Amino acid sequence: MKHSVVSLTINGTERQMLVAPGTTLVEVLRENQGLAGTRRGCDQGACGTCTVLVDGKAMMSCLLPVETIEGARVETIEGLTPMQGLHPIQEAFLEGFATQCGFCTSGMIMATAGLLARNPNPSRDDAVRAISGNICRCTGYEAIIDAVLDAAKRMQAAQRSEAA
Amino acid sequence: MEKIDTSFFTKEREAELSVVGESVQRADARGHVTGQTQFYEDVTFPNTLHLKMVRSTRHHALIKDINTDAAMNVPGVVRVLTHKDVPNNWYTILKLIGVGPDDEPVLPEDRVLFMGEQICAVLAETPQAALEGARRVVVDYEDLPPIFDVEEAMTSTPFKQHGTNYFVYEGHNCRRIRFGDVDKGFAAADHIIEHRYESAPIEHAPTETTGCTAKPEGNGRVTVYSNTQALYFTLDNMALILGVPFNKLRLVGGTVGGGFGGKVDVIVEPIAALGAMLTNRPVKYAYSRAEEMQVSSPRASERLYIKDGVMNDGRIVARKITLYVDAGAYCRHSTYGTTKAAAHMPGPYSIPNVHVDAYCVYTNRTPSSAMRGFGVTIGDFALESQMDQVARYLNMDPMELRLINAYRDGDMKAHRKKVEGAALVEVIQAAAHQTGTTLAPRFAKMSSFEREA
Repeated sequence: MKHSVVSLTINGTERQMLVAPGTTLVEVLRENQGLAGTRRGCDQGACGTCTVLVDGKAMMSCLLPVETIEGARVETIEGLTPMQGLHPIQEAFLEGFATQCGFCTSGMIMATAGLLARNPNPSRDDAVRAISGNICRCTGYEAIIDAVLDAAKRMQAAQRSEAA
Repeated sequence: MEKIDTSFFTKEREAELSVVGESVQRADARGHVTGQTQFYEDVTFPNTLHLKMVRSTRHHALIKDINTDAAMNVPGVVRVLTHKDVPNNWYTILKLIGVGPDDEPVLPEDRVLFMGEQICAVLAETPQAALEGARRVVVDYEDLPPIFDVEEAMTSTPFKQHGTNYFVYEGHNCRRIRFGDVDKGFAAADHIIEHRYESAPIEHAPTETTGCTAKPEGNGRVTVYSNTQALYFTLDNMALILGVPFNKLRLVGGTVGGGFGGKVDVIVEPIAALGAMLTNRPVKYAYSRAEEMQVSSPRASERLYIKDGVMNDGRIVARKITLYVDAGAYCRHSTYGTTKAAAHMPGPYSIPNVHVDAYCVYTNRTPSSAMRGFGVTIGDFALESQMDQVARYLNMDPMELRLINAYRDGDMKAHRKKVEGAALVEVIQAAAHQTGTTLAPRFAKMSSFEREA
């Protein structure tokens, strides 16, 4: 089967790549783009650790053949991280002890970014729903849910100080 | 003589012991939240070969023939490894702490003992080609009757090459504990309460599947990037299996995307390293999610029979435990787990007469191994369930029954170790307090440090 050229805007930069049919977004990110911060856990949409933002929505990159998202904007954990310091979501996870082995963390943070983009003031239930597709097998869910809510507060505070 | 100028880096030499009592950030957390933590799979090399296993589709069978011709014709397939390629094919993980005999082949020779057992390894240019090659290997089996039950295994014809269907502990068919005289204890008891407890295997299901990449170096060594939890078991066993000195092998690891004991066995590294040595190319062997769930060692299934001799006042005067650990097809860490299980009996209680037979049994199930407190966890489930059964039988408060029997500092445990630092009494008292339960004065006054008159 013939390869095809797909273009995606990854972390703000347009990239073109030659891919075999069925190549998934996680393969492109990790193997073609060297963005290893997006983790691969199951390759079947069961664990959520490969979650990234596609056109602003949190999606599992192992389930997305890149041909089907031609032209999309993709944001990964590398794109979320600012040049200096950390993103408020990252600060909340760091200071809230919301990481253990760290393998689910990228996906959890990107799922949080997706939630806060559409709902800046989530309830605890909203936070639980937002990460319900992400497995933390170290089972540190309470700290993660707290971090999601803390991240929302930090982002609101940052916006208020920008507005002031 | 030249002296080192110590005026530099003076601050580096100050030991600031300010951690106790402080909340200290995890050293690895910043890497985790930025995605920069490097797991083994994040280290990649050009020219890497991908390894996929041909796995047994039978629970127990003789291998009559392995035909790899069709696999070798798949474009991209470079080589197929069988047991003939392994320098020292037989091993057991805890060999260096005196566990034996070697009961597990790296790749099986004439038989498979569980479904999913790895048979031969296909090395190819892409994961897809390796999978296609593995699919085309033809294995000719002659089925043998499988054994799935531990008690059936104890009385069945041995199915392993090295002998019995159970691990032999110093000449005995089980790990034994004898303390007092249980028969006398049962004869003197007001009640005999006996129950059977059983657990199923439990898979760790780490989010990162087991895997490694072995890279041959220009200096003749092999570096293995692995997510093992046990770098030194892996190094020992690799050196023994490959027949090379330690200094030919280098292991890079320690970053584990969830382990829970599931990454303590030595399975993927020796074969990947062998592949790297035989092809002079990096070789990656990573379990798929399905492999992780089916073939990585789970927590052992256990079966326990607990027979208690109990007095009307709640004192347990005799406890007899027969415990079976289902090791699955190979020993791995289960012999050690079974010893731990035996030593843990009869639980944190001072019982004057104890009899324990703990069997480590082989069956045609997936080999079990380490997992969080293995050997103890299922035993505790059974023991504490039994305590609740006894309390119910006597119509007694379950906390009070436990306090009556709780071990105290200075008591002799069944395996002849004196109790030190016991805190069971205090923990139950605190639990009672937190759940709003008022203990009778005699229980509220109890202490682990001294036994009341």
